[in-house]
Amino acid sequence: MKLHRSPRLRPVGAGSLRLALLALALSMPDARAEERSSKARGDVQAKLDYCKDCHGRAAQGFHGYFPIPRLAGQQPEYLKNQLQAFIEHRRTNNIMFNVAHSLSPTMIDALAADFRQMNPPPLGGGTRHLAAAGQKIFQNGAPEANIAACAACHGPEAQGSGEIPRLAGQLSDYTFNKLINWSKERGQNPTEPDISAVMSPVAHSLTRTQVEAIAAYLSYLK
Amino acid sequence: MGRIVHTTNAVAAKIVALVVLLLTALAAHAETAMVRNCTWCHGGSAQGYPPAPRLAGQRATYIYQQLASFAHHTRDAPFSRQYMWSAAGTLSPTTAHALSVYFANLPPRSANDGNRTLVPLGEVIYQRGMPEENIAACVACHGPNGEGIGTIPRLGGLDYPYLKRRLEQWAEGYHGALDHPMPHIATQLSRDQIEELASYLSFLK
Repeated sequence: MKLHRSPRLRPVGAGSLRLALLALALSMPDARAEERSSKARGDVQAKLDYCKDCHGRAAQGFHGYFPIPRLAGQQPEYLKNQLQAFIEHRRTNNIMFNVAHSLSPTMIDALAADFRQMNPPPLGGGTRHLAAAGQKIFQNGAPEANIAACAACHGPEAQGSGEIPRLAGQLSDYTFNKLINWSKERGQNPTEPDISAVMSPVAHSLTRTQVEAIAAYLSYLK
Repeated sequence: MGRIVHTTNAVAAKIVALVVLLLTALAAHAETAMVRNCTWCHGGSAQGYPPAPRLAGQRATYIYQQLASFAHHTRDAPFSRQYMWSAAGTLSPTTAHALSVYFANLPPRSANDGNRTLVPLGEVIYQRGMPEENIAACVACHGPNGEGIGTIPRLGGLDYPYLKRRLEQWAEGYHGALDHPMPHIATQLSRDQIEELASYLSFLK
């Protein structure tokens, strides 16, 4: 069977011009598509650089006036859900509300995939002598306070899964602030209950010292 | 006998007090001379005297880090080269630290010298950023009132020409410090946006 020897194909004369035009016509959308996709890649790179202006050059997090979280290695589903949460006022943050509004779903997918691939060393900075106590709570919970092991949901290496975030390497003051203010920042839209409700009882049961210990442990975790 | 001992002790105490007073005065004089070296350009109460920026109320850690970056020639704009490289190059770490703390503790006054009509536009860029143009919100690092923290400078109330020039210079390739986000952020700003931001910040308290 020789498909390329189709009898309907006329290789000479007027037909060749028509063919050439056809080939040109067919090749044009391809060229445009290529241009579009390279522009799209350029747009993603520009947006990524913009994210890194605040979240750090390697997305390792940054200590600004506010602690700005590490995004490197983060679960894509978590990032997408949080960006959506800013837009829907489920999670309060004026800066990120504006940022999230400027991102298309395609852009969010591309950014989330890029952040997932990054793996810079953690910034550390948590209270070192509390890290061991933090590890204990993270891995075993605090039975006397009815606190489940963090590892049960966030994984033994704190890598997260789906909408549950990676916590390994997160800035200690960021983790601390989030846990202390949990119910003032998360699940703020009563008509849109979300996964953040799972954390509320835990965040309320932990003492400040326990929160500081967990945050310290996570800040050094790779 | 007891009276003599008492008198001797009193005399000794007086001598010690005198020596302490003399040393303090000497140290104060030395410090005054160092401070005068700075206020010569930065203004008598360190409120800034363009092109020299205000130092009063600036973050101590930031001043110290900038003195080091002048000394190491990483901060390299024309006025930095001309004035600050030599001024900072001769400072010991102890002196640089003392000066940083001294100026950080002076109460700052706002320059209020920008274009008032541009303030609302500058405020939007500072507080919200321009996400569509990939311009980050300044507030995330510099704080709600431009107060700064640690190595991040206080911007509220600095003078308009200084703010404008610094923002322009990053895009021109001059460096303030290594490995920080400002060169990239400043490069994203248009001329108009720089004037709006500098105006807003000059009125900020």
